[in-house]
Amino acid sequence: MTVADTHRAILAVWRKEHARIIAIVARMLRDVPLAEELAQEALVLALERWPETGVPDNPAAWLITAAKRRAIDHLRRYQMLGRKHQALARELESEQDAVPDLDAALDDDIGDDILRLIFTACHPLLSREARAALTLRMVGGLTTGEIARAFLSSEATISQRIVRAKRTLSESGLAYETPRGPELKERLSAVLEVIYLVFNEGYAATRGEDLMRPQLCDEALRLGRILVGLAPNEPETHGLLSLMELHASRTPARTDAAGEPILLLDQNRAIWDRLLIRRGLAALARAEELGGAGRFYALQAAILACHARAARAEDTDWARIAALYAELSALTASPVVELNRAIAVSMAEGAQAGLDIVDGLAEEPLLKTYHLLPSVRGDLLARLGRHAEARAEFERAATLASNDRERAFLLRRAEASALAS
Amino acid sequence: MRYMYLVKSCQSGMPPKRLFEELDKMAEKAIKSGAMIDSGGLMPLPMGGAHIKLDGGKVSVIDGPFVESKEVVGGYAIFEFKTREEAIASGVEFMNVHREFGEGWEGTCEMRPMMGNPHDPPR
Repeated sequence: MTVADTHRAILAVWRKEHARIIAIVARMLRDVPLAEELAQEALVLALERWPETGVPDNPAAWLITAAKRRAIDHLRRYQMLGRKHQALARELESEQDAVPDLDAALDDDIGDDILRLIFTACHPLLSREARAALTLRMVGGLTTGEIARAFLSSEATISQRIVRAKRTLSESGLAYETPRGPELKERLSAVLEVIYLVFNEGYAATRGEDLMRPQLCDEALRLGRILVGLAPNEPETHGLLSLMELHASRTPARTDAAGEPILLLDQNRAIWDRLLIRRGLAALARAEELGGAGRFYALQAAILACHARAARAEDTDWARIAALYAELSALTASPVVELNRAIAVSMAEGAQAGLDIVDGLAEEPLLKTYHLLPSVRGDLLARLGRHAEARAEFERAATLASNDRERAFLLRRAEASALAS
Repeated sequence: MRYMYLVKSCQSGMPPKRLFEELDKMAEKAIKSGAMIDSGGLMPLPMGGAHIKLDGGKVSVIDGPFVESKEVVGGYAIFEFKTREEAIASGVEFMNVHREFGEGWEGTCEMRPMMGNPHDPPR
């Protein structure tokens, strides 16, 4: 094994085990940011040692032991804080000697540990961006550089954001615990929101030249799958997972060979991912069983499910989709949802019916700079044969779009309308 | 990257119960970690299986007996990993459980990256 091979092997173990390692140390120290640092130190030690000694038989246990030793050292160093810590350090040390099979002993409540870690990373004290960065770092195991690339930000900015977030957490002296009762619901929705944000940023990249950033989608999906395992009775965790699996099932069909977007109705449904569709529909069924049918994520998943179930574009149940959008619109009072409802209504009842809804949104302040409003309006006008007006809308949409691929696509549609008029 | 694992063995008879328990534990961990996205066990070929063969322009269904195939594909699992190293590490962990609790079980876990993965960058 070359040094590079060993490093790759170490990073593989790290990706698999780091959340567990941080969680175990955090349980000892009741301090997540510090636990994260000590876990990183254990990783650095492995990167130094293993190229010489070879990868140990049980690399995860090695990393856990190394991180725990550091935690014990830390507790000793701060023994002026009281005898209690000393006792704790002794207790932990003897526990470590007495229980050689750390893995088995710790496996039982590891789920709770990781859940606590997610709740800490998504704490409401932190900004949304900080929550996302910290979650990707501590639970997803992404490096600062990877997070920066994913969010098209500089490494310095992300690193600053993480440092500040960790300081906020340490200074607030937050108990490292899973919230209970009514607080649990609220905190869980903050966690779901972070995952949703990460997924959306990956699925519909708002900036830059690529339409998608698959790494963010993958990470969000993984977090969603973890959360469903940890909080299996919460309908909205299943709703969110369903939404993500169903969206992701269309990934292979969303772009052509040149990376240009292909609209939903033009996509080759044969290459939609059946496994993800199956998982998505199962998760939706679970969300509905748990009474979550009318909730935010489950409703969106139900809309996607209508598309997933249609073998051909013309089989799509647009009336049902329009009804689901109406429900979602009532729930969120969001003009963006209303815009989507307009599209569904135009498919169910004709372009004019859709245009009537869109025209009602013209003065909506939240949509003033939203490129999809003129884009949808242009599409409806084109379907009604009003090509000159459609062209103007597509051109306006192109000036508002910030994704390069999308802008090019809109300009091509403007050109097509010009030719048709 | 999505990987499929196929577990093959020439062993006949039921593997020890303890092995199944340990594999269940491992599977639960893999599901909770978000890595395992599908899995299933396969019945032995003589229990309702068949070979549907295309040979010399003729399709034929063979219900058995399958004397020539000693190797049994016992099950499959589909995992999602970032790197091949992670995928290998998982396969090794799986086989280590067999070494520890399989009471002499021997076999192969074949690991194959799946084509057309939706999470690969667009081609």
